[in-house]
Formats: sequence, C-alpha cells, structure tokens
Amino acid sequence: MDRFEHAFPYLLDGEERVARARNIRIYEGDVKTSNEGGDLLLTSHRLIWGAPGAIENCDACLALLLSYVVFLEVETPGAFVFTRSTKIILHLSPSLPGKSPGPSSSHHSNHIKFSFKDGLEDSFLAGLRNAVRLKKWEVPTVQSPSKKVLPVIKTRAGIVGIERNLEEKQRATDHSISAAFQDLSKLMEMAKDMVSLSKTISTKIRDKQGEITDDETIQFKSYLLSLGIDDPVTRVGYYSELDFVMNLARQVAEILEIPVQEQGGMMSMADAYCRVNRARGLELLSPEDLLSACRHLDKLSPCHLRLREFESGVQIIQSSTHSDESVIEDTVAQIERSGTLTPEEVSQKMGLSLLLARERLITTEKAGKICRDESIEGLRFYPNLFLQRET
Amino acid sequence: MTTFEDWPWQYSFPPFFTVQPNLQTRKIQLAAWCDLVLKYHKANNLYVLDIREAQGSPLFHNVDISRKLSIEGISEVMNEMHRRHNAEPLDKTKNRWHVLWHTLDEWAAILYSWADDTGQLGGVCTFYEIANTSGKEFSGIDQDVLLKALRKLEQRKKAEIIHLDDGNGVKFF
Repeated sequence: MDRFEHAFPYLLDGEERVARARNIRIYEGDVKTSNEGGDLLLTSHRLIWGAPGAIENCDACLALLLSYVVFLEVETPGAFVFTRSTKIILHLSPSLPGKSPGPSSSHHSNHIKFSFKDGLEDSFLAGLRNAVRLKKWEVPTVQSPSKKVLPVIKTRAGIVGIERNLEEKQRATDHSISAAFQDLSKLMEMAKDMVSLSKTISTKIRDKQGEITDDETIQFKSYLLSLGIDDPVTRVGYYSELDFVMNLARQVAEILEIPVQEQGGMMSMADAYCRVNRARGLELLSPEDLLSACRHLDKLSPCHLRLREFESGVQIIQSSTHSDESVIEDTVAQIERSGTLTPEEVSQKMGLSLLLARERLITTEKAGKICRDESIEGLRFYPNLFLQRET
Repeated sequence: MTTFEDWPWQYSFPPFFTVQPNLQTRKIQLAAWCDLVLKYHKANNLYVLDIREAQGSPLFHNVDISRKLSIEGISEVMNEMHRRHNAEPLDKTKNRWHVLWHTLDEWAAILYSWADDTGQLGGVCTFYEIANTSGKEFSGIDQDVLLKALRKLEQRKKAEIIHLDDGNGVKFF
C-alpha cells in the first residue's frame, strides 16, 4: 500500500481520463484491505481509487502512479470457486523517494489486486494495458498551443477523398504485384542455372567418354532426359520472333512426331501442349507460343506434321501422311462393321479422345459417307444408306 | 384412324428422322420425305396437314424405333414440297398446308378431261357433285383444293366459277 498516495481526483497536465469502473476492492498482496466498494478511475497516468462518491465530489482519494506498474495480470475465478469477481493483479516496483505521502508507509507485498465485483470490462483492461505501455507520464508536458504542429488535414469526403482512396488502393496493389513477381523472376533465374548446369555436365561426360564406363554415361543421360530436354529453345537466345518460332517448331516436331503416329495420326492441341511442356521441363511454353510454332510446322522441310483446324474451331496436330481420305475410310469401315456407332464408341474402338472421335465422324459425315441420328438417346452415326441406296 | 402399309425402307432407318447437315444427303432425305408424305396423303385421301398436329401422326412418328421428325424438320419437308408445287401454305405462319399429290395444274387437267369425257362442257356442275363423283381420283376432294384447281382453269378461260347460294359451281367451256 506504500505506493499509493493521497490525491484529489483532478487531472494533471497532459493527463487524460481513460476508463472508470465501480464496486472495486483493493487487496494488498492477497490480503483484503478495508478499501472496498469504491470507484476506480483510470487515467493515462494514474489509477485513482475513491470511496463511493468521492470522485464525483472531488474528495481525497488514493492514487497509484502507473509508473510503478511492472507487470499486470488478470485472475479470473475458477469454475469451482465461490468468489465470482475478476481481479487485476499489479506487480509494482519499490516506492521512490520523494513520493507524496500515502495511507501506509509499510509494505508487505510487491503486488496489489483490484477486485472487480461487478465484473471486469474488456475496455477497462485494454485501456489499462495501453496506458502502461504508452507511458504518457514520461512525455514532457511542456507545450504551448502555438508550438503545436498542425496535423495534416486528410480530406475523407468528396471527390478528392475518393481519388485519394483510389490512389492508395492502386499503390497497394502495385506493391503486392511487384512482390509476387519478385519470387517468379528468382525462380526463372534458378531454372536458367539448372539448365546451364545440366549442359556443362553433359559436355563433361562427352569429353570424358573414355574415363567413365558406358553404363554410367547411359544412366546419367537417362537422368538428364527424365528431367527434360537439356537445351530447350528459349526466347532469350533469338533476336527475331520468326527465328524463335521456327526453331520452336522444329523442336515441337521432334517431340511430337512419334506420339502423333502412335495416336493414329491426330493429336489434340491440349495433348500436344502437355507433351511438349513435359518434355521441356522447366522452360515452359505458353499456349500462344506453341500455337504459333505449330502454325509454322508445315514450313519445315522434313516435317510430317501440320496444324489442322476443323470447322468447329477445334485445332489438332495431324500427321501429313494421314490424309482425310484414310480417316474417312477407316471411320466408315468401323461403322459399317458395327452397323451404328456413337462418338463414344468410336473413341473407345479406335483409342482416340472423344473430341477427336467426334471430329473424325463429322469429317466423314461431310464427305457424305455416314449420316446422323439425333434423338433423346444422343448422337449416333449410321452408314449413309440414303446415298448408297440411291445409286 | 388412318391406315398405310406401304412404308419405304427409310421409315425404319433412324437417321431419316434427323435433318441431315450434309447438303447432298439432306437433298435425298427430303426427296424421300416428300414422296412419303404424298403417298400417305393420297392413300388416306387427306388434303390438309397441320404442322402443329403432324408430329402425332404415324407419318412423322415411327413408334417402333421411337423416332419422330422435329417440327422444324416437318416444316422443312413442307417447304421442299412447296418448291415442288406439291404443297401450298394456307396461312402466313405456314402452319397449315394443302398437300397436293397432284399439282394444281395436274388437278385442273384431270378435271377438264373428266368434264370433256362426260360431256359436261358448256354445263354447270356444283362442287358437291364433283367431290362426290365416285371412282375418280378427285372423289372426296377438298373444296378449297378444288376451288384453287378450278381457278387455274378459269385463268385459261376454260371454266368459270359460279357462286351459288348453297356452295359453288363451275361451268366448263
């Protein structure tokens, strides 16, 4: 109790009222004192406890400087305890010399408690923590109105306000975008390093062919291949767009030639995109680049692939040895063998994707070799008996 | 209930009931439809077809293979028949049609030669008489179709339509 001092509840210079609570009892250590049922006023500098009505009447009260507070904690009643009041425990530093006289000069304990009979409001606790943290009493209170720095007036209303708001938002998005791309560019740099590393390793292997056993070389090369191609074509190395596209086309042709043959001469762009990028590994292609490379496929002299666009807009890569006539012939043969087929059945029988099966059927239909039956059961194709019986 | 036995092979071929997107195929398909529609109407002595009701008729609905020609398909068939002068729309919306298994010119020629053969030239027949002549192709002919056919004759100055109290009559020249 020796840290308390007698005081009147007037605010000092620079002191502000923060919060107030009623029906408070003071404990010294864990012992009840006779100070109970009073009001507690929290200011930015002090805690002022007064007997009921004392604060309103400006009678003498007990004040505790917040500068004594070292640490504060909250004691909430346990589930099986009858005392229902919440307590704030304040751990205090020793009293300073030159302190105003207080109710007691003895000290039994280094902590005191305020017991809140009516319950502790969160705002009070928050205010207390805040006041202890801010240490306003340390801020020199010498200030004259003329010296006051005029606060910058921020217009929050009107068009200026809206504009400012927008500007701020823009700045924020700008910031987050550039932060996001920083990561990406780092990744790209790393990828480049990886590629050059694999290149040097492969040249070393080539040089030291004799020293390493053949088995090891082959094994290492297979590792490199499983990573992807060891020298992907990237934009960086090419000055002209055409050069880049042509080289890319050459690479695409190399990658896709065999898979396209395996798939029966046609491959959808989605499949092609996946396969090419899987082969490239790190230096991924954009769909646009792949498409423009595919447009140049037929300009390569020893190339057996070309880009083909169906009337429905579906684009595929087609082997040039694989003509429409043979597609139509195959499809008609399939349908005549079965009597009638749906696109699903065709895709199963010929091992094609549904999209390609559909395009095949439609191409065949355009040639007048088959005809369609659209019903609630779906789309089916039949041999074109209309034409066959006519002749 | 109408009866018709002479269904063509196309009638049990499901694609027949889907309008074919391939132009060449569609042409043959529509020709087959026109033939069927005319035969069907002739066999059942029907003169009027309403597109909105036609889907219910066995003509456009094969129950056995559960296929029916769509409304759009039917009107396409009717338009094709119109081009061939085998059908004429009765209203602007082209929902009701006269089905003419003989074109109006053919009907006109048939009627005139009948009048010639039976010595009716110069005399007056009522429409009722004509439609109720038994054993002729035009037996039970629709009054409106008859009127249209006779108008053709009238244009060529071979007949004159007379409006009587209890129906129309015609005088052949």
